[in-house]
Amino acid sequence: MRRARVPAPIGLLAGLGLLLFLLPLAGLVVRAPWGQTATALGDQSTAVALGLSVFCSLTATAIALVLGIPLAVILARTRGPLRNVLRALTTLPMVLPPVVGGVALLLAFGRRGLVGSILNQAFGVQIPFTTAAAVMAETFVAMPFLVIAVEAGIRSLDHRYEEAARSLGAGYWTVFVRVTLPLLRPAIFSGAVLCWARALGEFGATITFAGNFPGRTQTVPIAVYLALESRPEAAITLSLVLLAVSIAILVGMRDRWLGAL
Amino acid sequence: MTLDAAVRVGRDDFTLDVRLTVAGGETVAVLGPNGAGKTTLLRALAGLEEMQGRVSLDEKVLDDSDAGIHVPAERRRVGLVFQDHVLFPHLTVLENVAFGLRSLRRPNAVESARRWLADAGLSDKAGALPRSLSGGQAQRVALLRALATEPRLLLLDEPLSALDVSIRAEVRRELARQLASFRGTRLLVTHDPLEAIALANTLVVLERGSVVQSGTPDEVTARPRSRFVADLAGVNLLRGLAAGDHVLLGDGSSLAAAGAGTGDVFAVIHPRAVAIYRNRPDGTPRNVWPGSVDSVDLQGDRARVRIKGAVPLVAEVTPGAVRELNLVAGAAVWVAVKATEVSTYPA
Repeated sequence: MRRARVPAPIGLLAGLGLLLFLLPLAGLVVRAPWGQTATALGDQSTAVALGLSVFCSLTATAIALVLGIPLAVILARTRGPLRNVLRALTTLPMVLPPVVGGVALLLAFGRRGLVGSILNQAFGVQIPFTTAAAVMAETFVAMPFLVIAVEAGIRSLDHRYEEAARSLGAGYWTVFVRVTLPLLRPAIFSGAVLCWARALGEFGATITFAGNFPGRTQTVPIAVYLALESRPEAAITLSLVLLAVSIAILVGMRDRWLGAL
Repeated sequence: MTLDAAVRVGRDDFTLDVRLTVAGGETVAVLGPNGAGKTTLLRALAGLEEMQGRVSLDEKVLDDSDAGIHVPAERRRVGLVFQDHVLFPHLTVLENVAFGLRSLRRPNAVESARRWLADAGLSDKAGALPRSLSGGQAQRVALLRALATEPRLLLLDEPLSALDVSIRAEVRRELARQLASFRGTRLLVTHDPLEAIALANTLVVLERGSVVQSGTPDEVTARPRSRFVADLAGVNLLRGLAAGDHVLLGDGSSLAAAGAGTGDVFAVIHPRAVAIYRNRPDGTPRNVWPGSVDSVDLQGDRARVRIKGAVPLVAEVTPGAVRELNLVAGAAVWVAVKATEVSTYPA
């Protein structure tokens, strides 16, 4: 087969598009204070932000797994207009500007919010501007990635495995735990990785709902943004860390993504 | 253990309506072409398909749509062996066989699964994953997985059709042996008459969702009531209105038949009784029709010649006759059948 010739204008525009991706990355790598990376990473506030980011994003992923898998089951196994509405609502955070999500969380769980006021009066619990708020903001934004991946996994599952299990005497829970979940492992894994990556990079909803308190709510993306003025080398180093994580995820999941290319 | 079933499943383009009784210790094969509703029937009996009607195993009612009874699949004690095995891909062979025993909370599930595998000569595969098994091995493991739970009713969906033709005979013998040692009621569905006759004592022929015929293999093939059965018996099947010594066929031609009786009848003509001539014969056969050769199938020392015409027939002749008469596709011929070679029975 002859290779299709690419007209010059298309090649030119594609090249410009590629540069838009690559130049910033090149800038990051070229301007990185490589000599001081170790010192910058060892810096107290940087280490704290990194630790908090890891804790919040992993907790958010864990919550997304516990709540998101059942949600995916319901979305995949039911029909009707109600389900379609539910599905749209679940995926809304994927397209919603994160800062709007933060405002919405504040209005629901803030001190005078829908639920927050009750929590505050009845239990004296305040969520905003705590680590819990950072975790909630990340879960809010990242969970849809897991739900979508797992729902697609359930849909493509051969349901006869579950039927075979039932005919062998397995009740709903046995089938779910011993057949459905293990068969969904690839979908759950890739969904969890996507969810975690999104949670790790979360900025807008977190800063709106949880604020910027070093050691409590100041995650790496927030630290990067604020450090850019005062300590640019720290900002660049933290950015490199996040870039490395992204590349690691991309490489780790190459079979799933690059394989499809 | 007697299975008594009246199953109705309605779909947009298809209705399954079957009554079926299978006595304990008997193997019944539901035989029918693809799309006849065989798998739907099995799934309904296994409790996996929405159905109307009544299904009972001895005294125990599994389904009764009038009384609102439906025993879920996991509490039926009905073993189902799928056509393509459906072994759990993430579990080893041993865990697959132990799955049902564990689900039913039997003590020593793993040990008894190990025994089942040993009895079948599959011990060396205990730790293997299903994807590493050959087709025949997967089929045997799927059967063991179902048998290990000691079901009261065993359902097999096309047990051999996923297998390579070269190993089918061997697996069929093994399957027949295992079915014979299973004490519950056995029902298998297949589109392969050989499989049905080799494994079952009773055939139930299913076409377009209904039972058209049932009985022992001999009874069924001796008096075909459908094109499907006639083809599997290798005979010519015609249908028409009998009037004493002849049968008026649908297209207006008349078939002379000794003792045809009256009313709507089937007429069976064995291909061996069909003679072929190049010129119009002049003799005793009462049935002589013109036609042309449609196709010739050589099968060892016989040739099956398909003839089209007013009365389409298959004739069985020797390869020598095919050569001498130059029976090639399109050749104009005459066919003759003696009236005494036509057997008729009420439709």
